[in-house]
Amino acid sequence: MENAWLIPLFPLLSFLLLLLIGKRMKEASAYVGILMTLASLVFSILVLFERFQEPSYLVKFNWLTIGDMHLTAGFEVNQLNALMLFIVSLVSFLVHTYSKGYMHGDERFHIFYAYLGLFTFAMLGLVISPNILQTYIFWELVGVGSFLLIGFYYYKEEAKAAAKKAFIMTRIGDVGLLIGMILLFWQTKSFEYSEIFKAVEAGSVSNTMITLTAILIFIGAIGKSGQFPLHTWLPDAMEGPTPVSALIHAATMVAAGVYLVAALFPVFSASKTALLTVAVIGGFTAIFAASIGIVQTDIKRVLAYSTVSQLGYMMLALGSAGYVAGVFHLMTHAFFKALLFLAAGSVIHAVHTQNIEEMGGLWKKLKWTAPLFLIGTLAISGVPGLSGFFSKDEILAAAWEGGHPVLFILALIAAFMTAFYMFRLFFMVFTGENRGNQKEVHESPSVMTLPMLVLGILAIVGGYVNTPWFGSFLGDWLVDGNTALGHAHIEGPAWIMFAATIVSLAGILLAYLIYGKRSIAPDWLSGKGGILHTILYNKFYIDEFYQITIVAITKGISYFLRFIDVFIVEGLVKAVTGMVQGLGNIGSKLQSGQVQTYGAVAFLGLAVLVVIYALTGGYLR
Amino acid sequence: MSQVPASAFLALALILFCIGLYGALTKRNTVIVLISIELMLNAVNINLVTFSKYGLYPSINGQVFALFAMAVAAAEAAVGLAILMALYRNKKTVHIDEMNEMKN
Repeated sequence: MENAWLIPLFPLLSFLLLLLIGKRMKEASAYVGILMTLASLVFSILVLFERFQEPSYLVKFNWLTIGDMHLTAGFEVNQLNALMLFIVSLVSFLVHTYSKGYMHGDERFHIFYAYLGLFTFAMLGLVISPNILQTYIFWELVGVGSFLLIGFYYYKEEAKAAAKKAFIMTRIGDVGLLIGMILLFWQTKSFEYSEIFKAVEAGSVSNTMITLTAILIFIGAIGKSGQFPLHTWLPDAMEGPTPVSALIHAATMVAAGVYLVAALFPVFSASKTALLTVAVIGGFTAIFAASIGIVQTDIKRVLAYSTVSQLGYMMLALGSAGYVAGVFHLMTHAFFKALLFLAAGSVIHAVHTQNIEEMGGLWKKLKWTAPLFLIGTLAISGVPGLSGFFSKDEILAAAWEGGHPVLFILALIAAFMTAFYMFRLFFMVFTGENRGNQKEVHESPSVMTLPMLVLGILAIVGGYVNTPWFGSFLGDWLVDGNTALGHAHIEGPAWIMFAATIVSLAGILLAYLIYGKRSIAPDWLSGKGGILHTILYNKFYIDEFYQITIVAITKGISYFLRFIDVFIVEGLVKAVTGMVQGLGNIGSKLQSGQVQTYGAVAFLGLAVLVVIYALTGGYLR
Repeated sequence: MSQVPASAFLALALILFCIGLYGALTKRNTVIVLISIELMLNAVNINLVTFSKYGLYPSINGQVFALFAMAVAAAEAAVGLAILMALYRNKKTVHIDEMNEMKN
């Protein structure tokens, strides 16, 4: 564990190497990235296993000293950090491997790997930061990595716009985080997590202040994790290459918001209001995004809304004091959502379209991708036996025990919707007749299917580390007697599990009847031009709403400021320069080159001087 | 032989100087301008000689200065005319108002 600081440095090294010599290495630069992330993964696994036996490990050194205030930097390995290290480096390694096939033939292949390295470095740095200031630095770096990768196809207008949108939207959240961080520092005189927790526990911070800071920090998490109302950037971010969507916008970066709330959980749990805010936002986002996901026709957008919805689930769990449930779902979601995205990438790779209405009947043609996609779909739908089932069950139990029956119902409906839209996606892509005009559909190379296979296995077995049947190993380990983190395992009533199962199976059945067997017409709920469909298809018009309110207001202010800048500030400057220039012009006009004029002027001056001399008698005072 | 008063010499010098100045400032022909400058120099010489004879402390210094000035003026006239020749060859003109190379 002493060497955990090396883990983020490997991808950084890969980033620097590829920047320097990537151009010459061309596609061989993939090996640099893969090897470096493999090193990170090996170290992460070692650290994780070491953490099973040993206590947490913390190293810090003085970074800046301002007056009598010391800012420290360092790294920390506790349960949450070790788990996150493992998840991030694993998904990153698999995505690096997968990209070798997916990005094959791209002109900026090495740049892609360099950016991936930068992002992985930032994300790994984020999860081992021992203080909130360092977290914030890496938090922003992660945003930069995401910006670069979304805008990777920079020659596409949508990609450029999406990259800008993602950066600006998350920045809005980051302002909240920054203010919350400053308030925390002001109140507790420290950026260290441990010091902050101590101060909060000792009650030296007033209750309203805790609520305020917690909510401000949560705003940062809202931005990063794509929660309502800052969720609109995440579906647009799908303009980036698909492996990027899998790594950043499904498994790791968007989970950073959840991670932040989990890392600062003692602060949140000290305030009932803050927890309730988290739970309500999470629960609302879960059902809101799921309802949009039902009608989208772009394979990646469906998955994107599903990600938003699942992140809402995690927030709901954390807000209901279900620390373990939230982190557990974070882990399982990372596995099955990365799997789904990689499988979706494989489908796109094969058929060269993202529109599911142009797909269909791919089950026989994609022998590896299709079953793996099915595993991911089953896992996210919460079918018993797979990882998603256990974590979702934990969340539902946490919501019930947390005393939010309304949120519990919302989560249950969202689970139904999740199962429905995921299987709608599955049936539309893999069954029925091919509606597109793809002539040759090839299965992806094994460099792409193998990472999916690993994730597929994890998506099946990943849930068994924390089950009501075989013991809550993960929960016990995560909480480890720390009362601030709540219960290691929430024993919900047994009917919750049955309810969750029935709901998800009902969703699957409905999807099967509509899109698989086609015994119910797809426009059974409302016609394709129907009002409900239109609203959902246009994502509740949130983007349009922002366009006419916030964007318009901002533009108005900008025009006003531009007016001031152009006419007042620049006018002043122009007046000054104009005056000087005018004087110069007059001066240069005087330089006519006529020697006789000069002489006359000189003589005139002399005469004036003499007259003055004569009048004053030589005593000029 | 009655004495000519100093003021007469000074008046002559003044008139000569003014004629020279007028010519130097108004004539277009550069040769005339040069001649006018000579006139102004001579006016100064008269002043010098006058004060060496009728000055507050009469001495020979003034006349020596006048001789110097004449010698220098001769040299200056030679140089000036040489420059004028060069200018004329280049510009085919002796009009001073067309020699405005130092404009602006």
